[in-house]
Amino acid sequence: MLTYILRRSITMAWTLLAISVLIFAIINLPDGNYLTNQIRELMVTGEEASIAKAKFLLQQYSLDKPLVEQYAIWLGVWPGPNGFSGILQGDFGYSFELDRPVSDIVTESMWFTIGLNLVVVLFVYMTALPLGALAAVRANTWIDYLTSLIGYLGLATPNFLLALVLMYYGNKAVGLPIGGGMAKEFLDEPMSFAKFGSIMLHMIAPVIVIGTAGMAGMTRRLRANLMDELSKPYVTTAEAKGVSPTRTVVKYPLRMALNPFIADIGNLLPQLVSGSVLVSVVMSLPTIGPILLSALRSQDIFLSGFILLFVSALTLVGMLISDLLLAVVDPRIRLAGKSGNQR
Amino acid sequence: MTVSPLLTVKDLSVAFGPERAPIPVVENVSFSVRRGETLALVGESGSGKTLTGKSLLGILPKGARITSGSAVLDDNLGRVDLLSIPLKELRKIRGGRVSMIFQEPMSSLSSLHTIGNQVMEAVLLHNECSGGDAKNRCLETFQNVGFPDPERAFRAYPFELSGGLRQRAMIAMAMVCKPRLMIADEPTTALDVTTQATVLELIKQLQRDNGMSVIMVTHDLGVVANMADNVVVLRKGKVVESGPARPVLMTPGHGYTRKLINAAPEIPENLDARSEPSEDFILHATNLSKTYPGKPVGLGKMSDPVKAVQDVRIELRRGETLAVVGESGSGKSTVAKLMLQAERPDPGASVMFTGQDGKEIDVAALSGSELIKFRRKVQIVFQDPFASLSPRMNVCDILTEPLRVHNIGTGREQRDRAADLMERVGLSADHLQRFPHAFSGGQRQRISIARALALGPELIVCDEPTSALDVSVQAQVLELFKELRDDFNLSYLFISHDLAVVADLADRVAVMWRGRVVEEGPVKALFNNPVHPYTKALMAASPEPDMEKPLDLAAVALGAGEPQSWVEPFGYQGDDAPGLIEVEAGHFVRRAA
Repeated sequence: MLTYILRRSITMAWTLLAISVLIFAIINLPDGNYLTNQIRELMVTGEEASIAKAKFLLQQYSLDKPLVEQYAIWLGVWPGPNGFSGILQGDFGYSFELDRPVSDIVTESMWFTIGLNLVVVLFVYMTALPLGALAAVRANTWIDYLTSLIGYLGLATPNFLLALVLMYYGNKAVGLPIGGGMAKEFLDEPMSFAKFGSIMLHMIAPVIVIGTAGMAGMTRRLRANLMDELSKPYVTTAEAKGVSPTRTVVKYPLRMALNPFIADIGNLLPQLVSGSVLVSVVMSLPTIGPILLSALRSQDIFLSGFILLFVSALTLVGMLISDLLLAVVDPRIRLAGKSGNQR
Repeated sequence: MTVSPLLTVKDLSVAFGPERAPIPVVENVSFSVRRGETLALVGESGSGKTLTGKSLLGILPKGARITSGSAVLDDNLGRVDLLSIPLKELRKIRGGRVSMIFQEPMSSLSSLHTIGNQVMEAVLLHNECSGGDAKNRCLETFQNVGFPDPERAFRAYPFELSGGLRQRAMIAMAMVCKPRLMIADEPTTALDVTTQATVLELIKQLQRDNGMSVIMVTHDLGVVANMADNVVVLRKGKVVESGPARPVLMTPGHGYTRKLINAAPEIPENLDARSEPSEDFILHATNLSKTYPGKPVGLGKMSDPVKAVQDVRIELRRGETLAVVGESGSGKSTVAKLMLQAERPDPGASVMFTGQDGKEIDVAALSGSELIKFRRKVQIVFQDPFASLSPRMNVCDILTEPLRVHNIGTGREQRDRAADLMERVGLSADHLQRFPHAFSGGQRQRISIARALALGPELIVCDEPTSALDVSVQAQVLELFKELRDDFNLSYLFISHDLAVVADLADRVAVMWRGRVVEEGPVKALFNNPVHPYTKALMAASPEPDMEKPLDLAAVALGAGEPQSWVEPFGYQGDDAPGLIEVEAGHFVRRAA
């Protein structure tokens, strides 16, 4: 098991490296970057001081160097003007548009994004598991039809619409807060119990909005998988043993149907991050999505590059987690190749 | 004084479909099982034998329901009607007083739970005892069903065990609560014959030790002859004959029973060599080996490579049939693939094919258009007629596809050819527009054969073409193979796991064991004078529908084990096998000189 984790981690590191190359290449594909664009604009107005500052920054961040060298400096495997200082050293670069180091900008929203997504994933799983299982066991009854209806609504309703509806009625009916990550008075406060509570309260609506589509898809998949498993011979064996129906379903076919369910964690994460951009704008959530959007539009390369890398890392971690969970849950994966078939 | 039977089933009827228009699948079946006896429910697929067994435990598949009847279980715990008691009560009986084992030990066990977990569950459900006690009972049962290492079996997952051990685990699960009645649904059908023999013996022995009754659901009259005290023969849901085993099998009263007995493949007493050995080889392969590389396990380590086929020689004369017989994992199907160039043999092998035109082709060196030409001459018939025909093509498309692929004839000529082929394999040309699902298993296999014939091949590789069919259908299909061979001067490479099936068709037989041929010879010599202990074991293990010929377990035990345990001069030294020695004309045996 330990070697398995080690091996997976090594592959993960290589994958991440390859992704970083891709990301750096892609964000540099359009001509120029935020600074060169700015210099061009300033040329027209002729503000010498600003031009000088921009040119200084250009040099400071080696954006005048060849692309390969830029990449190596960005990664931190090549000395830049300030020695080795890149992602590997924990220096994520500088956002020219916001005039602040990238790490300052993203720290808060990064944690909020991770937290929000964790809660969304939990929400998706905790609702999809019972709904999907019920729908399969009571296939073609009103329960099945009801979950299908909820599922189709979740899949078909645009997220931002759902967000608006939920905000309005949630506030009217039970006084759910409208928008934002937390109440205003906690904004720059250190973490406290009250602040945590406020964050949680603010999360309810976004979690439902972001998670509904994922939950709907997950429910459908679980239903289909479980229905396949329910007619397998080992279920009959359990029945013939005298196991009660509920226990039979939970212990045998449900566990078998969980595999694709678990394997989906890795896919779910990037979907949630990119899918929630619109919702974040509508609900003014301090997630990383809107920042990424504006960074991409203004060609703020260090900021967008880092965020993209972060989302990729999140996906890879999600896949690692789902692979490890699969190995824990399924002995066929855990023991594959180790002992083989003993004949 | 008569003791009342353990189980009395009266007028049991089961139907599918809606309440208003039920489709009966079991009709008014009655039988009784006495204590300690074995009753066999015999029938072909669709006879309702499995549904009868399942309805006793209330585990019918969705859509099926019991429409009438009673099944009174009368044991030391009292009298109950299994068909009318509430489900909650029935659940206490399932696995406790009445238990069941199934056909497919792999899919009938959950591969996510250890054997111990699954067996212990039954103990804990039906007995009030601690986990420790339950475990001890499991281990004791594992010991009784013949697990070499019960502790290890307890911790093992089903996929870590061989087929025979898996079925033992199923039996242990059914036995662990010491039931009064065990329903065995084709318990040995998925197993190799040598394994089948030992498992049947195990059930018998457990029955002797515990005085349990058994209902044996099977299609195999050989199994019936070896196991049953009483027989119920079912056909299309109705009982056609029932009574004590001996008279039913020896002097069957009903025509259907007679038909079943006659259709059961048997190793004939007298065999004649059909053809004089000639030197006109259609297929001549030597030094045939296939090694699959090991899989990576852990960091940089590899599992041992699998030697699927080792140093096999195939000599097939024109117009003859060579049967390759072996159990699962013997490499027989790999040999077939090597012949067709579906797999490449290890270097050093030579596969020579000589067509009717007298040109010798080195099959291993073929590629591109040469290979396509070669494939016109060699065709294959697969085992499963349900999986090998596309459900989305009608029969006409299926039969003309090979012609279209090879660009032979106009559309009209192709359709005429398809009609000819249908007639030739005994089907009506009027059915060309139908889809495969409209045909029965035997008819589908006829369609597969017609497809193989479409290109006018010289050699047909048959990979277990009858093992998915009912016995009576199997006999007809084998007959068709014989006719076609004589009409078209075909040569067959016939792969099978069953010696009795090939006895009537083959000219030469090669018996394979784990990648090596252990005995090869003309069919007469091999069946009348088998030399190798494994061949003898195979013959002894194949059950015959004859009460006078019970399984010879001593012979099975001598040959079915590891090759190191074979008596001298047949034993292997570690992995080194002795060579093939010619004991009489054309009859080769793997033994030390």
